[in-house]
Amino acid sequence: MRIRVDYRTVYDYAHAANDVLQLLRVQPAGHEGQHIVSWRIDTDVDGHLKRAEDAFGNITHMFYPDGPVKRLSLHVAGEVDTVESHGVLSGGYEPLPALVYLRQTELTRPDDALRAMARQIDTGDALATCHRLTRLLYDQFNFDPDVTHSHSDAAHAFALKAGVCQDYAHVFLSIVRCLGIPARYVSGHLVRNDGLITQPAAHAWAEALIPDLGWVAFDPSNGMCATEAYLRVAIGLDYRDAAPVRGARRGGGVETMAVAVTTTASGPNPQQGQSQTQGRAQTQA
Amino acid sequence: MQALPAFDEMFGLGDGYDCRSPEGVTAAYRAIRQWLADSPQELMAARRAQAELFFRRIGITFAVYGDAQATERLIPFDIVPRIITRTEWDRLERGLKQRVAALNMFLADVYGAQEILRAGIVPAELVLMNPAFCVHMIGRQPPGGVWVHIAGIDLVRTGPDEFFVLEDNARTPSGVSYMLENREVMLKLVPDLFDSVKVAPVETYPEKLLETLASVSPRKQRGSHPTCVLLTPGQYNSAFYEHSFLADKLGIELVEGHDLFVRDDIVFMRTTEGPQRVDVIYRRLDDDFIDPLVFNPGSMLGVPGLMSAYAAGNVTLANAVGTGIADDKAIYSYMPDIVRFYTGEEPILANVPTWRCREPEALMHVLDHLPELVVKEVDGSGGYGMLVGPHAPKATIAAFAAKLKARPEKFIAQPTLALSTCPTATDGGIAARHVDLRPFVLTGADGVRIVPGGLTRVAMTAGSLVVNSSQGGGTKDTWIIDG
Amino acid sequence: MLSRTAGNLYWIGRYLERADFTARLIEATQRLAALPSSYGGASNAWESALAAACQIDGFAATGLAIDEHEVTEYLTLNAGNSSSIRSCLEAARSNARAVRTAMTEEGWEAINTAWLEVSRYGTHLSSRETLAQLIEYVKHAIAAFDGANHRTMLRGDAFWFTNLGAAIERADNSARLLDVKYHLLLPRDEPVGGSLDYFQWTTILRTVSAMTAYRWVYNDSVKPWLVADLLILNRQIPRSLAACYDEILRHLDLLASHSGRRGAAHRLASAGHARLAGGNIDAIFGQGLHEFLTQFIADNNRLGEAIAEQYLF
Repeated sequence: MRIRVDYRTVYDYAHAANDVLQLLRVQPAGHEGQHIVSWRIDTDVDGHLKRAEDAFGNITHMFYPDGPVKRLSLHVAGEVDTVESHGVLSGGYEPLPALVYLRQTELTRPDDALRAMARQIDTGDALATCHRLTRLLYDQFNFDPDVTHSHSDAAHAFALKAGVCQDYAHVFLSIVRCLGIPARYVSGHLVRNDGLITQPAAHAWAEALIPDLGWVAFDPSNGMCATEAYLRVAIGLDYRDAAPVRGARRGGGVETMAVAVTTTASGPNPQQGQSQTQGRAQTQA
Repeated sequence: MQALPAFDEMFGLGDGYDCRSPEGVTAAYRAIRQWLADSPQELMAARRAQAELFFRRIGITFAVYGDAQATERLIPFDIVPRIITRTEWDRLERGLKQRVAALNMFLADVYGAQEILRAGIVPAELVLMNPAFCVHMIGRQPPGGVWVHIAGIDLVRTGPDEFFVLEDNARTPSGVSYMLENREVMLKLVPDLFDSVKVAPVETYPEKLLETLASVSPRKQRGSHPTCVLLTPGQYNSAFYEHSFLADKLGIELVEGHDLFVRDDIVFMRTTEGPQRVDVIYRRLDDDFIDPLVFNPGSMLGVPGLMSAYAAGNVTLANAVGTGIADDKAIYSYMPDIVRFYTGEEPILANVPTWRCREPEALMHVLDHLPELVVKEVDGSGGYGMLVGPHAPKATIAAFAAKLKARPEKFIAQPTLALSTCPTATDGGIAARHVDLRPFVLTGADGVRIVPGGLTRVAMTAGSLVVNSSQGGGTKDTWIIDG
Repeated sequence: MLSRTAGNLYWIGRYLERADFTARLIEATQRLAALPSSYGGASNAWESALAAACQIDGFAATGLAIDEHEVTEYLTLNAGNSSSIRSCLEAARSNARAVRTAMTEEGWEAINTAWLEVSRYGTHLSSRETLAQLIEYVKHAIAAFDGANHRTMLRGDAFWFTNLGAAIERADNSARLLDVKYHLLLPRDEPVGGSLDYFQWTTILRTVSAMTAYRWVYNDSVKPWLVADLLILNRQIPRSLAACYDEILRHLDLLASHSGRRGAAHRLASAGHARLAGGNIDAIFGQGLHEFLTQFIADNNRLGEAIAEQYLF
């Protein structure tokens, strides 16, 4: 599938903000199932954009605007060819040993309820457990953008049985790590099959390390493994490591941020001769 | 409290404090013994009062965590110096150099090739899953290849030749200002004593520290000196006095996070004459707070973008980020193996035997012997969350056993060491009090620097083994003398 | 010098000056309020004190009645009032602690002692005697700080920034004091210079401790335009606007000669200085004293902002 992503994030400050800087993780890296055709990052104010790579292998950019900023617009656009692999990741760049991904973080730290769920869901087989958990979260959680924040942790979302894709992913990570399965947070984009092209935010899911298969992507907020409709941008131990933007500034007063992400499929890639209909039946988001 | 039979540094193992004769006094302490005998109690009391006045005037204070009023408290200072002979010190110094070299090699390895993990010397999960192991440093090499620029190694003594490393401090060890100020006070209070005993000076520490910091500057400039700053969490930090003291002695700016900013991966400080580039940051701020873009996003104390500048090699942080894995108490127990692995030598300084409660057999042993052991949290510090078995009531021990069983991996246990004692001035006259020693080891790109001596901490309560200043411990001047 | 250090020193100067002014204002107001009404013992004396201290709104928010006890407590010991004497000393001490190494031993001790001593009074005034003691103590302590700084500080940017802050604050206080007395205190139908004015005007002179100076300078009875002349244009009186601007300009010039950088603060200070140097009191009265002072206070604030911006506090 050829996925086309195009979005603009606009920051407005009440007064001019000084020393603005933004750490961006908005550019995907390629792997066997994901070929980057083109990718651009543009800003509407002058400044330096410094590319680097973080510990997880993500491509990062530090953006340093010149001088004070009253309004800042960040435009990200690109095209990626993806191949259906039923969520199994291969040929990715793995700078970190897998054991690192067993670490819980401030956002995934399990409480008693999460630990109890881990015991309850455990099948003894990592793949079966992850599938079961993905399905269970999808069935029992309510997708609700109004009950959690970007700094809400897994225990909070689990108690509410509600949240957004970020919360689903944190709960998933917390539980499978309790069971000794290395797992990580993924941020990226999803071509939805319900025709909703423009979404208010990017998507998030999880990857777990399954014996004999390697890293497999599970999307508990859609109750399924990732498909070719998933474009993987950044990974980390939790949201903080993989957040598309982390910024700072001095002054500026109230900040308003507006973003609309457009993700579309431009049909099957002619170079990929394989059929893409062999995958699991897709469920609705 | 029940006093343990302990080695006394003045009287040896003898029952010396009642005996007025100089018999049995170790050679090192002969002059001190004489001085004490010549000083009537009133004179000692006057000197103690004078010393306190001096400390209060210069404003050495220490804020205590958990103290509701966050009062600025004086750390008790004892005017009887602690003596170590040059011969003893030479061995300690070699041991310290060896140990700190091993700590640096260990860090370079675990954040690099991870050979020690592959060799199975240290269990991989103990490092990789440890919260003190900073994933953001994997594959990175700090400027000059130095990780632990300033190390404070806590030593205890149990006999004439028995020194043990109790703890390594590889993050932001504090206390060096007391080492320096204690000497200043002693020079003022008892100048005569310095005439009869020749003491190695410690006043070169600030200069050695500055040389060390300059040696790891990422910018090699000809002629001009690199710009070093000391980054403090601010005046409410318990060690703020030390931060401002050191900045002053080093002649560098004492900065808070918002005094610095990062532009184009370069760190600048805001001055009245415009932005000035910063090369080396001696930071007394924990990893988690240094950059809200990478670590704790709620931190107001750090510098946004600092890690990007660091990763780009444009600034040096001393100590490096991620050194906490080296002084983790769970890693501590592997230090003898770590020293052998990297240096190919036998460790000169011994470790205190340690049971790792994460290992089931060790846990069983610990639970069976709690009343004899000291149990510590692997990530605790300052003497908090610790059980001193011989001094704990039964109920406390039982409660601790439950904690231990619930999270054994969080604890290590050690035998209760009979820390050596030193003569100490108390309200009731000269008496024996337990002491430890924290020497400071500086590592630059151009070598290792150690000032002879260190900070002697003393438990001011009779029989107490807790020397931490946050728990009422005091300090002494430490004298390295020829002999 | 680190910008934060400069900012802290500048604010130490401002806070201590404010505390001193408040102490003097209370003292003079007490005197005025104690007079029989036929002598101008105006019932609104405390209201005007609040106005001179720029605290009308803050006090109104407390919902307390305007009387001597409430107003003096609010101005001296109230912990919620960020400009009370207590808060000023606390803030000055906290600033000083953060920049300990930029201060001298004596300067630090003076501030530290002043704060410890004043904090001992708690947050409530028990009696008028306590108030009198407190006022005496504060005046004394701030003089001690000035003396310590004057005797021990290096003549460098630390010294200049501290004095600059004090001079800006002092100019603001003097202008406000004059404006309030002139505009708010006088009954509407009373012509300026009327018979009730004597005690009002001497209150001002007492607040700036220039009662005797007035006699020496003018050798005349107390007349409103001469008081205004003294407080605005007379460069010999340390609290006059002209003297404050002499000092502001001198310290800004010293900072510039040290760093070689001049900026907006220098331009504004120069302009302000020139207006005062070329001013004459008749013209000021012709323009309207209130209008003149309002403009001055605004310009002075703008200068404060320009200093903060230029030196990046």
